[in-house]
Amino acid sequence: MMAEFGLAALWLAAALAGLQLIAGSLALTSRGQGLAGMVRPVAVVQGALALVAFVVLVVLFCQTDLSVKLVAMNSHSAKPLIYKLAGAWGNHEGSMLLWVTVMGLAGGFVALVEKRLPEPTMLATLAGQAFVSLGFYAFLLVSSNPFERLDPPAAEGQGLNPLLQDMGLAFHPPTLYLGYVGLSVAFSFAIGALITREVGPAFARAMRPWVMGAWIFLTIGITAGSYWAYYELGWGGWWFWDPVENASLMPWLAATALLHSASVLASRNALRAWTVMLGVVAFSMSMVGTFLVRSGILTSVHAFAVDPERGTFILALLAINIGGALTLFALRAATVTEGERFALVSREGALVFNNVMLSAILGIVLFGTLYPLVAEAMGAKVSVGPPYFNPMSAIFFVPMLIVLAVGPLLRWRRDSFARVRLGLLLPALLVVAVAIGLAIVANVGVLPFLGLALAAGLAVASLLPLRGRRLTRTPLAVWGMVVAHFGVAVALFGMASESAFSVEKLVAARVGDTTQAGPWQVKLERIDPVAGPNWTALEAKMTARYGQGAPVEVHPQSRFFWAPPQQTTESALVTRWNGQLYAVLGEEAGGGRWQLRLWWKPFVTFIWYGGLLIALGGLLALLGRTASDIRRFVARGKIAERRMEQGR
Amino acid sequence: MSAIKPKHQRLVLLAIALVALIGAALLAAWALRNQASYFYVPSEIAADPPAPDRAVRLGGMVEQGSLQTEADGVTIAFFVGDGEARVPVRFQGIVPSLFKEGSGVVAEGKLAADGTFIADNLLAKHDEKYVPRELREMSEHQAQQVVAETQ
Repeated sequence: MMAEFGLAALWLAAALAGLQLIAGSLALTSRGQGLAGMVRPVAVVQGALALVAFVVLVVLFCQTDLSVKLVAMNSHSAKPLIYKLAGAWGNHEGSMLLWVTVMGLAGGFVALVEKRLPEPTMLATLAGQAFVSLGFYAFLLVSSNPFERLDPPAAEGQGLNPLLQDMGLAFHPPTLYLGYVGLSVAFSFAIGALITREVGPAFARAMRPWVMGAWIFLTIGITAGSYWAYYELGWGGWWFWDPVENASLMPWLAATALLHSASVLASRNALRAWTVMLGVVAFSMSMVGTFLVRSGILTSVHAFAVDPERGTFILALLAINIGGALTLFALRAATVTEGERFALVSREGALVFNNVMLSAILGIVLFGTLYPLVAEAMGAKVSVGPPYFNPMSAIFFVPMLIVLAVGPLLRWRRDSFARVRLGLLLPALLVVAVAIGLAIVANVGVLPFLGLALAAGLAVASLLPLRGRRLTRTPLAVWGMVVAHFGVAVALFGMASESAFSVEKLVAARVGDTTQAGPWQVKLERIDPVAGPNWTALEAKMTARYGQGAPVEVHPQSRFFWAPPQQTTESALVTRWNGQLYAVLGEEAGGGRWQLRLWWKPFVTFIWYGGLLIALGGLLALLGRTASDIRRFVARGKIAERRMEQGR
Repeated sequence: MSAIKPKHQRLVLLAIALVALIGAALLAAWALRNQASYFYVPSEIAADPPAPDRAVRLGGMVEQGSLQTEADGVTIAFFVGDGEARVPVRFQGIVPSLFKEGSGVVAEGKLAADGTFIADNLLAKHDEKYVPRELREMSEHQAQQVVAETQ
């Protein structure tokens, strides 16, 4: 019964999305104004019903109800509870259900709280959200029903891919989806504003918190995903330019550009058409990412659906949504009047530069990701990797970093470099000093060299906007900007340091042997068999000493899962403030020797600390702006109240 | 900068953005031609070997009985074949879980001057569900070959 209940909730939610679309569209015409009142409640109920369907699926997975096909295919009764939970979204159908749930909830939330925009724009926005949702509901109900029954029920489930059986991964997809799908709100706002021709500061202010919220989740999701790939795959790398990673990076780049251009529109009423365009592009990138990942066109651990029907369906959705939005943009762009003007050297000018660079990087990543698909269609099998992505994105990333140091110090509208020159002297000197120091003591590649020097300068420059301010009186939004920009410097430092100074050791060691990896002495003590709930493993017991420090135990494993049968390497990490020791156990090498792979990665953790700082900066800005919005709302309410009293 | 008439600001901005983006696109196209790593099977390497410093990928079957571990315990050598030609491969590192003789593999690396393929990375089947794209197609192709040979 449970599964049927979930399916019914899903159908009902889809029907309500249809109603929301029709009522919202009709309410925009002069005849249908009576329908306006129902759009917001319908949006809220639609979101709630989608949530009910999702919760039902999670419960089915917790109970390991093997009469449900999806559970039988992706779960196993011997799995720990947390991975039963994660199994609910660790597959194609479940993840698409999560997608529509987040979309419904986001729309419902907007309908509930967003009161700043003119009502017609809100109606158009909610209708737009319903339109996009409807496509995904149709996809789910027609070709990816998560509640399909299996008759007779399976005797045992097939289990979840062991690579996905990991704590971090239990929360990785929901976090990323909140980001991906949260951007649908920006898309719908853009559609709404285009339809009612209300592109202005109010639109940017209304859209900004939603973009910010989605962007925070996206940032955390990408950071967590990178860390997961780093320790789970056992390859020691933290970013592989895998199409799946790019699929999450592209919406992030677009959303980052959108946040910055929205701030220009909100405070200076400029970049109107461009901001709307980015609103469309950001969610389009989410959908392109979903298509790449979910259509089975790429092979990876994320590609669940190898069913061509599904790929075609998503492609059609993609064409309708993106094509439709771009057509609307083309039709209306000319009617979006030009905003306020500004000099090239000004805060706006710097933000425009940032936007162009981010868009260029987005283009580079998109090209590199799609090229193998295009080439394959023409008969050549190619893959595109770091030799393309690293230098190509750096060409645009480096100028952007320089402007990132200068931009926040510039005034709006018109400014001169002469005014900020003195303040930037210190960071500039630091860049030169680090560059000279590096050139003397170390032999590092061009990109890490640039990265280390720029990170030092940027770390200082990012704090400069606080100069001359009373720190306790500084608005949270400014703190947010400073923290996020400082986070960029921190992450950049981690990336460059990892790339420049990592030490790798690959040995075949006997029990009792000691291996030197950078400052670490690692001794192999024993190899023991161990067992977990659904796996057995060989575990290396090693002790590691940093210099003359106290020994630390390190236990890398080679695990054998039996449902489904698969072997994984479980790397072991020792984290110090200044880096990580990374140990992997390989196979028996003959003669009582074992393959060991050891890395000493100085400051590698800064990559993810930086990512978290960037997200924290977003959170501070969001809190600050929301708090001041609420204050303004309350104050306005009080004024209105007083007027009422005076009137009496 | 003040030379620009404010009237034309929108056009100027648009032009700058377009130039930057088109520049990025051209740069990307140029880099892709040079940096994309092409996929080869052994018979293609025999017919038309790639330039020594070019990153390529080699796919095929690990030949039965060809796998050898060198004295250091971490370097392996084996032959990758496709039924027509065979290429010697050397790899230093920990091999992926499902890497074994008689099974498909994709090696990423470069062809050395002596004709040995120096692999930086080996991709094998992850598990029953997740198979590198080339491997999936290759086993079908090879299945067809086997059928053709037995007929």
